[in-house]
Amino acid sequence: MTGLVICLNGVTHHCRPHFRRVKLTTVASFNIDYLQYLTPNGDLVGDKKPKVATDFEHLKSIYELMVLTRTFDAKAVALQRTGKLGTYASSLGHEAVHIAMGAAMQEADVFAPMYREYGAQFYRGVKLSEVLLYWGGDERGSNFSGPQHDFPWCVPIATQCTHAAGAALAFKLRGEKRAAVSVVGDGGSSKGDFLEAINAASAFQLPMVMMIVNNQWAISVPRKKQSQGRTLAQKGLAGGLPSIQVDGNDYIAVYTAVKAALKRAYEGKGASVIEAITYRLSDHTTADDASRYRPDDEVENAKQFEPIKRMRKYLTSQGQWNEQLENQLINTCKVDVDAAVEEYQNASDLSVADMFDHMYEELPHDLAEQKAYAQAMEEKSNG
Amino acid sequence: MAKITMVEAVTMALAHELKNDKDVVVLGEDVGINGGVFRATNGLAQTFGEDRVIDTPLAEAMIAGMTVGMATQGMKPIAEAQFMGFIYPMVEHIICHAARMRNRTRGRLTCPLVIRAPYGGGIHAPEHHSESTEAMFAHMPGIRVVIPSSPSRAYGLLLAAIRNPDPVLFLEPKRVYHLNKEEVEDDGEEYPLDMCYVDREGDDVTLITWGAMMKETIEAANILAERGISAEIIDVATVSPLDMDTIHESVAKTGRCVIIQEAAKHCSVSSEIAANLADQGLYNLNAPVKRVTGYDTIMPLFKLEKKYMPSVDRILDKVEQVLEVS
Repeated sequence: MTGLVICLNGVTHHCRPHFRRVKLTTVASFNIDYLQYLTPNGDLVGDKKPKVATDFEHLKSIYELMVLTRTFDAKAVALQRTGKLGTYASSLGHEAVHIAMGAAMQEADVFAPMYREYGAQFYRGVKLSEVLLYWGGDERGSNFSGPQHDFPWCVPIATQCTHAAGAALAFKLRGEKRAAVSVVGDGGSSKGDFLEAINAASAFQLPMVMMIVNNQWAISVPRKKQSQGRTLAQKGLAGGLPSIQVDGNDYIAVYTAVKAALKRAYEGKGASVIEAITYRLSDHTTADDASRYRPDDEVENAKQFEPIKRMRKYLTSQGQWNEQLENQLINTCKVDVDAAVEEYQNASDLSVADMFDHMYEELPHDLAEQKAYAQAMEEKSNG
Repeated sequence: MAKITMVEAVTMALAHELKNDKDVVVLGEDVGINGGVFRATNGLAQTFGEDRVIDTPLAEAMIAGMTVGMATQGMKPIAEAQFMGFIYPMVEHIICHAARMRNRTRGRLTCPLVIRAPYGGGIHAPEHHSESTEAMFAHMPGIRVVIPSSPSRAYGLLLAAIRNPDPVLFLEPKRVYHLNKEEVEDDGEEYPLDMCYVDREGDDVTLITWGAMMKETIEAANILAERGISAEIIDVATVSPLDMDTIHESVAKTGRCVIIQEAAKHCSVSSEIAANLADQGLYNLNAPVKRVTGYDTIMPLFKLEKKYMPSVDRILDKVEQVLEVS
């Protein structure tokens, strides 16, 4: 047993211990595929193109939602900068992967997001104003529109993965043809809950899709510091889950991969892991200043790969988009976002009672006393 | 009707709800064919099938997380933390999700789950198997913490916990799992949560306790009775939220109070009761409130555990102190 050497150079994933004078046999081997249909130049590549690549009505509506999401995002950041919103986590640069998740899912599926997947949620019916309400410090934002079974935003990292696994187990036990979709970032893929959910998905063969939205940065910690593994998708292989890497700035690729993974889930074949490669073009949140740790030229370079530009190029090259439509869209988005901001700003006031009313189905006696006291004090301060 | 132990009462309550509510599932490590390391789920997998009584991979955070996930989607999962010493990976899910899901979604999603955990010392268990950390959870808004002290109460309170629309941490004092047998009818009758139970009426001193310490408390009360001192015994049962009304009512009658708990003293359930008595019941008291607790030390390995845990002598010592004040 002498001479045990483990290759950990991060380049080869054929890490293999070497035993002197012992012939080893391979008992399992793996590979991670990478999927891309739409290049950064907006060219469609690959031999076998999915139907969605030429479903232009669908792609145009997706493009419109991408632009709306980005318009919303810029407005939300501006609201925070002017003191009209609390800390906000931007989705800038993630529009393709986020919206593709939402579009690939059925309404009956359950979405377990982290906290910046607005594109997916808008597709599923969450209102723009509800996102603002949440970051504006109002719980009513998480009582959002859209599928009522969807999970709210999840600030503790990766815990949503085991929640999604629980939801998927519920669907499986009840014999429902539904699936759960969880999302973590590259940082979240280091967490126990993510890895435990992979294991649970494997052990119970759950109808589940586990997304890793790898945007290269977990606040200030770069992807390479999370793991020396060549990909993050390969973490799914530990549970025997089909695991793939996709171009996360390519809507068609993400949509196709998630659709295929969901189909497997509905057919009872179990869970999948999809690592979508994208880039966080913004700060982590409005409370962060990425210039402290991230080189500007890296961000500039990443902009050439961003998702909206390539979709516009593709649609334009196919004769499906033009400047006039673009200008109309910019106007519509502005109107929609302004309306959302107005709705957010006109939200009714909260009273101190709101803190108490949703703690339990029935308010325990001691809490009822605290509520009565708080209300009396509120009335007193209001004069 | 046969007499049963507390752990058998737990099994009976689980079986009752598995039978009567298709949304109920039991999950945890070794809860299936093995029936749990304390046999609390004995025979349930065989009766209800492995889709209802689910052996999970060995991952406590996953168990708690999946329990939250299932509960939000309309099921009523009952998870077992094999020992309270292994509950800590679950804490993030209990506090950050189960406890606040209803509030943060304004009731859109709820968490009607139960996490059961055997807890407490006195059974010569290995390290990490003997602590009483109910106060950690009692401190957290949004979850109930329920502790039975007898077979009938285990049955009735567990039924109530399972049927409760909010999350409940159900802590089972494993030292008394097999101690006393009681006749418990499997009638599906629940015992109300959020209230203290007056187990013995008395006039001279109020003894407040919960869980396994009920044993020493009753023994102390019996000795006091021989001395002509009448002690009222209150089983708190739900340590969060606390039913202070019953406690105040008793102290208003006796004017003297000793709180007995196995847990360490600092920032504990007894602290809260004592503070509340000082705040709301000071003028009913004829003597300072005294507490008999574990020490604020690490729970020792079993050679010393008897010395750590409140004994009948320690209870009598404090009772004598409160009775001395005229």
